[in-house]
Amino acid sequence: MSTGVATAPLVAAQGLVVGYPLASGGRREVLRGVDLALTRGELVALLGTNGSGKTTLLRAFAGTLHPDAGSVTLDGRSLGDWSRPALARRIAVLPQQLELPVGFTVAELVAMGRAPHARRLFASTAEDDRAVARALLDADAADLADRRAEELSGGERQRLLVAMALAQEPDLLLLDEPTLHLDLAHQVGLLSAIRRLRAQRGITVLAVLHDLNLAAGFAPRAVVLDGGRIVADGLPDEILSPDLVQRVFGVPVDEARTTEGRRHLALRLD
Amino acid sequence: MRAAAAATTGRLAVGPSLTRTAIVLGGGAIVLVVAMVVAVAVGSVGVSIGDTAAILGHRLLGLPIPRTWSVGAEQIIFDVRLPRVLTAMLVGGGLALAGTVFQALLRNPMADPYIIGTAAGASLGAIAGLMAPILVPALAIGAGSSWLGLGVVQVLAFAGGLGTVLLVYAVSRTNGRVPVVTLLLTGYAVSSVLAAGVALLMFFSGQRLGAIFGWLMGSLANARWLNLAFAAPLLAISGALLVIRWRRLNLLLLGDEPASHLGLDVEREKLALTMLATLATSTVVAISGTIGFVGLVVPHLLRLAIGPDHRLLLPASILFGASLLALADLGARLAGGVPVGIVTALIGAPFFIYLLRRSRDLSRGAVA
Repeated sequence: MSTGVATAPLVAAQGLVVGYPLASGGRREVLRGVDLALTRGELVALLGTNGSGKTTLLRAFAGTLHPDAGSVTLDGRSLGDWSRPALARRIAVLPQQLELPVGFTVAELVAMGRAPHARRLFASTAEDDRAVARALLDADAADLADRRAEELSGGERQRLLVAMALAQEPDLLLLDEPTLHLDLAHQVGLLSAIRRLRAQRGITVLAVLHDLNLAAGFAPRAVVLDGGRIVADGLPDEILSPDLVQRVFGVPVDEARTTEGRRHLALRLD
Repeated sequence: MRAAAAATTGRLAVGPSLTRTAIVLGGGAIVLVVAMVVAVAVGSVGVSIGDTAAILGHRLLGLPIPRTWSVGAEQIIFDVRLPRVLTAMLVGGGLALAGTVFQALLRNPMADPYIIGTAAGASLGAIAGLMAPILVPALAIGAGSSWLGLGVVQVLAFAGGLGTVLLVYAVSRTNGRVPVVTLLLTGYAVSSVLAAGVALLMFFSGQRLGAIFGWLMGSLANARWLNLAFAAPLLAISGALLVIRWRRLNLLLLGDEPASHLGLDVEREKLALTMLATLATSTVVAISGTIGFVGLVVPHLLRLAIGPDHRLLLPASILFGASLLALADLGARLAGGVPVGIVTALIGAPFFIYLLRRSRDLSRGAVA
């Protein structure tokens, strides 16, 4: 908001430790001391194996999980000090799975994204209507507005979810495997749309991705989690080496260079 | 793409349009008034629809209508039938509203207003009240007395329903959260225990069994202005506080975590919704017994007809639930005074099955 803090991080995790209670009574630590700061307008891909803590980190950034130790701050203020609606006006989440209720149109669902901004008891404001229309456009979902959510294909559904998140007009967009279940064309379409949005709206994006090559093409910064700790953080082209992939994912890969000189990782199959 | 985009930026219909809202709620209000006049006019003593409307307009709205009706007709209309019809409307509206809320809150289509223990608790309270003179002879005198115009039975039913849900909610709470499934299962378990208590009391009830059974089926035969004076304010408050929560109920349909990402304080909201809906249900049950079916089916019928948006669904459920029970009670009176719960189940359930099948055929037709 204020230009004076342009260099200060938008969100930052410091010494973040998060665990889940175990049935046996103890706690299973998932994040074991994570330091991660995102500056305004940054586009970051979050990588790691299943169970490495990616989703947990997103949920901690969303304020859904509370730290056992350390802190997550938004604009320098601990997330716990923000009210739920205030947080929802700044941070939007695209979850990995979302059971959409039956019978609502896409426009109605996207309008739910305006809930944290609601000011009138029953009506929406002109500002709400504008934000919904803009979100539908930006998410490439305007043609879906009158369709019912249960009739959508996987790709259309994902566009709907992006539009819902955009209607919140957030500063930070947290995406948990946004390309899951999408075919190649839709993966490219969605990630291109997100890059465009970040350019147009200055949104900060943290996205969990599985495909390393896709991540490298998508984001100028990659963060790799392993066992609840960050093991690499930087330019994808520099950090995503065959050595790191072998170490973190336990998979041997070959590397090649694309025509633009970017590193490309190729899986080795028996 | 460009054309669609231009159309979208120009004007976008989000949620129910104004005309749709006017049709549904205006239509619902008209149906309600017609149902009220018909239900008040028809009975063992015939009073013409015209006279009924005139009496109601004169007494309720203070219209300067010249008196063309007999004093006897006015007494029957105003002192006997009107409180009964108004009670039916309050009960029907309250149950349908609470049912709508619980179905959304618990994300369960089988949910009704009684599901997490209200019915079992209220029944045990009411039956204890009905049995008090037998169990404790000293109370035989007290049983006839009243509190704020209410009988012991009503007070105990109200307290039993509310208290049971408070207990169920407290037991379901783990780590500051109340998972919906735990709430449902705890409600079921606690209801089972209380139902055993009800069965035990019924076993020892002797000649009171008829009264107990009538209460369990639900009846509006004891409707009185005094009961209305107790129930109407409580229902007005809980109803208004529920209707304005339409946005939050819509968000809860997405699930707890997505709802919290959209700014909802989920645990606080679930508590508020549970308690408001339980307050409405306990109030209604106190003055009518446990009338089944209305709270389960009216929300479903309306969702089929007007969609799932609670902005429209909540007020519509009040209007149509009220009309439905007023007419069902008319049927119960015409059938020789059987409990209204029998009528709602006997006629409503087959109709519901018919609608379910029809809507399934419709959706299949749309796809094919």
